[in-house]
Amino acid sequence: MNSNPSILIVDDEQVVRDSLSKWFREDGYNVSTGASAAEALQQLQGRKWDILLLDIKMPGMDGMELQQRIKEIDSTATIIFITAHATVDTAVKALKEGAFDYVTKPVDPDYLSHLVTNALKQRNLFNENLKLKEQISEFSRAEEIVGESAQIRKVYELIQTVAKTDTTVMIRGESGTGKELIARAIHSNSARRYFPIVAVNCGALPEGILESELFGHERGAFTGAQYRRKGKLELADGGTLFLDEVGNIDVKTQMDLLRVIETKQFARVGGNDIIRVDFRVICATNKDLEKAVAEGSFREDLYYRLNVFSVFIPPLRERKGDIPLLANYFVQKYARVMGKSITSISPEAMDTIVRYNWPGNVRELENAIERAMVVGKPPLIKPEDLPYQLTEKNHVLPAGSLAAIEKSHIASILEQNRWNISRSAEILQIDRVTLYNKIEKFGLKKPGAG
Amino acid sequence: MASAINILNASKLEDARLKELPQVVGQIFGLRTYVTPAPLNLDRAFDASRGQYNSTALLVQLLNTYGQSDEKRIAVVGVDLFIPVLTFVFGEAQLNGIAAVVSTIRLANPFYGLPQNDELSYRRLEKEVVHELGHTFGLYHCHQFECVMRSSTYVEEIDLKRLMPCPRCSELLAGPVLNT
Repeated sequence: MNSNPSILIVDDEQVVRDSLSKWFREDGYNVSTGASAAEALQQLQGRKWDILLLDIKMPGMDGMELQQRIKEIDSTATIIFITAHATVDTAVKALKEGAFDYVTKPVDPDYLSHLVTNALKQRNLFNENLKLKEQISEFSRAEEIVGESAQIRKVYELIQTVAKTDTTVMIRGESGTGKELIARAIHSNSARRYFPIVAVNCGALPEGILESELFGHERGAFTGAQYRRKGKLELADGGTLFLDEVGNIDVKTQMDLLRVIETKQFARVGGNDIIRVDFRVICATNKDLEKAVAEGSFREDLYYRLNVFSVFIPPLRERKGDIPLLANYFVQKYARVMGKSITSISPEAMDTIVRYNWPGNVRELENAIERAMVVGKPPLIKPEDLPYQLTEKNHVLPAGSLAAIEKSHIASILEQNRWNISRSAEILQIDRVTLYNKIEKFGLKKPGAG
Repeated sequence: MASAINILNASKLEDARLKELPQVVGQIFGLRTYVTPAPLNLDRAFDASRGQYNSTALLVQLLNTYGQSDEKRIAVVGVDLFIPVLTFVFGEAQLNGIAAVVSTIRLANPFYGLPQNDELSYRRLEKEVVHELGHTFGLYHCHQFECVMRSSTYVEEIDLKRLMPCPRCSELLAGPVLNT
């Protein structure tokens, strides 16, 4: 196979075709010629050409029309017009319609040589760019959000809406619902996707360490700071800063963080130089931040700065329809990782999985499937492969009548939301009056109420 | 299968000056090389609209004059050459063929408003003759900066090249030459 760049020359004058093809052949190009638009189109059916040199004035279909047809076949084709009858109008039209350049005959050999070299360079960069983008999309698709329920579809919609903007996003949801996954999905669908997303688990780091982790430090800033270190804020420049468990940040760091978010500049710990950064903030919490604000443990101004656009991820027990999909997704994932030939979950095991409450949400489900994949034998995961707590009666939804399940579910939602009727009704997707009626019907009582 | 190289002088350069060429060319290509006057009719290749001479027409004349000879023939002309789509060429050759043509016009400094330098013009001519003959032996343009087979579209680029083909081109050349 010839790996040399290829050039297709289309001109109705044989002498032009011959001289150009001879000239380019001496340069090692793979050259072919066509005497008309029809011949050129025929050659394009068989293969792709790196560069197309087209004459404008040809009998029958002219070069401009030919360009349109070529772009229909190969929208990335690199076209250079060579014409003896140059006018500004045709040149402008040719370039507007996507030609790489426009030259008049006779052309200076040095100019033509550079023109073709540049066109090839640009084409190679374009192809390389395309390839890299494909690779990046593959990476960002690798960890997919799995689910078909109405609730998770709503989350997808919110991601699509907010990703394209540069708005600060707060992701809320119980522990294990996949808040980081959502943050990464927002980042990989945003214009910042070619820059890093830097995650900081604010809950995992003690005061002082978090400050140094975020802002970096200069050498000698504190005992043990032997080297200058870049903080996560600097590393996130151009990209996204994901602050997980943002509700756990101490008050001093809250103040510093607020200042950085507002001014997009800061100094390293122990340093004086001002560092300018450009990042988007996505944060996540499973805490009741409104309560923390009311109690004074979370700054109100920071709360409003962070809570611009909120995405709520429902707990797994509220989107039970997604459980089989997620379970099977994890089976496939771990089968691949562990090289095991377990392909699915037995109906009995799936029944147990679906009926369980999943207080630890998706993370708990993933752990349960991972464990089952370790202990289970091909081809199916069986109930005995599942962790013990799944089969404990008190965590399993009551079997039997629909009313019993409904009562248990409503009670559970009310409990989780401290009997906040509006919030519970929203989660249950019923109106408040209906919820009151159900409470009365099932004889549910608020704990501590008379 | 070439048996010799014939340099045809159709320029104003004295034969004596060109007589230094056979030794250099003969050494590089390993073939007997000699100079003779050229029986070319330059007027037939003249294009009045451009005021230049069509190099392809000159190649055709060479082929018609000598037929399918077993010698490679390169004409040295003192007129400005062109191929229809380009503003000018320093020379033209039949790739893997027997005929080539080189012009001295754009190799001389006065063309660019600079003082005459016969020595420099002659060095350029040597390189262009070797370059065009290289094509007749099947060599393509080379990307090595100093190789004589590197494409030159500016006269200064000819000055940067060496007279000899690079090792890779020499190796490629060894095939056709050894076959002769």
